[in-house]
Amino acid sequence: AKMFTQVYGDNGKMKEYHYTGPVEHRFSPYSFNGGTVLAVAGEDFAIVASDTRLSEGYSIHSRDSPKCYKLTNTTVIGCSGFHGDCLTLTKIIDARLKMYKHSNNKSMTSGAIAAMLSTILYGRRFFPYYVYNIIGGLDEEGKGAVYSFDPVGSYQRDTYKAGGSASAMLQPLLDNQIGFKNMEGVQHLPLNQEKAVQLVKDVFISAAERDVYTGDALRICIVTKEGIKEETVPLRKD
Amino acid sequence: MDPSGLKLNFWENGPKPGQFYSFPGSSLTPGCGPIKHTLNPMVTGTSVLGVKFTGGVIIAADMLGSYGSLARFRNISRLMKVNDSTILGASGDYADYQYMKQIIEQMVIDEELLGDGHSYSPKAIHSWLTRVMYNRRSKMNPLWNTVVIGGFYNDERWLEFSNLAVCLGLFSVRLFFVSMQPLMREVVENKVEITKDEARALIERCLKVLYYRDARSYNRHEIAIVTKEGVEIVGPMSCETNWEIAHMVSGFE
Repeated sequence: AKMFTQVYGDNGKMKEYHYTGPVEHRFSPYSFNGGTVLAVAGEDFAIVASDTRLSEGYSIHSRDSPKCYKLTNTTVIGCSGFHGDCLTLTKIIDARLKMYKHSNNKSMTSGAIAAMLSTILYGRRFFPYYVYNIIGGLDEEGKGAVYSFDPVGSYQRDTYKAGGSASAMLQPLLDNQIGFKNMEGVQHLPLNQEKAVQLVKDVFISAAERDVYTGDALRICIVTKEGIKEETVPLRKD
Repeated sequence: MDPSGLKLNFWENGPKPGQFYSFPGSSLTPGCGPIKHTLNPMVTGTSVLGVKFTGGVIIAADMLGSYGSLARFRNISRLMKVNDSTILGASGDYADYQYMKQIIEQMVIDEELLGDGHSYSPKAIHSWLTRVMYNRRSKMNPLWNTVVIGGFYNDERWLEFSNLAVCLGLFSVRLFFVSMQPLMREVVENKVEITKDEARALIERCLKVLYYRDARSYNRHEIAIVTKEGVEIVGPMSCETNWEIAHMVSGFE
């Protein structure tokens, strides 16, 4: 607030902006550690993919820090944003899953986990978890399900969603390739698993070209009724 | 159905309808009493280095506590033995490290008192310490440290670091990790394992370069080595330095 009075001056006219007084450097509880996550739902499969780079500012903390976390045999979550909050959130989710299993004698379904995550995130509405979450898994009918969240718990079920630092680059591309948006006279073919995996790889290669926070390697988790398969593909390291 | 253990009254410190709500950590009007949370680190330690080798892990740190640019305390230990399988090195605020040392030591004692033959693994110590640091940062009163934890437990080597907020694995921490990375990478990359002597030599070389180039370092350091035999803290030691070229540097006559 102090800076603005200097800019506008006493008579309301804009002055030259040149702040000369002391500046207090406060501790910020948040930091941005980068990373991109992506989830795609198919007829009988779901894919959750993330890059493995962990950065801070212009530095890289780690080239091997995947952002996909396995929750149950049918659900994987991708978390990107502030790494401290990602870790805390996944620990809390794991604990809640165990508690549910012990009380209800069954594993949580993907939809239930999504609903629960929404309340966990909103519980910190006034000091949010700085995490962009995307859940990918199979629903109770065995069909692929993707749930995407904002940092304070708003969520919805999607067919495909990108989150994290390169989300703005990936989402329009997915809209076109999976949602067939802005295309005329194109046959709407349902997505099969091989095509989906190849698309995810291509899309991340593109993201790594232009987003500095995305790169090093791509971790793909493919969820089917047989279980969860993991694949790692190298990406640009620059 | 009460998910036991969860604090559900999250509105405890929340906004009351119609009242102004001051968000946690926001600066209050001055004169509201003394500030009881960490603002800035005071006495600080510089880099901590860590490397895994065949059969164990080495961590090294110099013995300087800087007070801003003053080399105030020149014989402080920034490495500690947690238990027979874990070592810890800290950089950042030294007072916060002393506090951490106290609580870790108490935790280890409490566990020994259980007398069940179990001891904390490096992974457990790291996980616990990360939680402690995260919860302090969530109260806007952080432990202003970057901590490197190394260990050898069940024939597995462990080397991870934990920060004000972030936690992950790396070889060297603090300001100069970017400059040490190439040096360390040269020796370590493309090799599955390095020997204890290679690791020791690498660490000493990095410490020497840090002394030459880090303006807040000191030529006196300690090295902690953990293997299946246990923990050995070696030091204080100094590096052999060569200042022959100094007279060629303009301005240093």
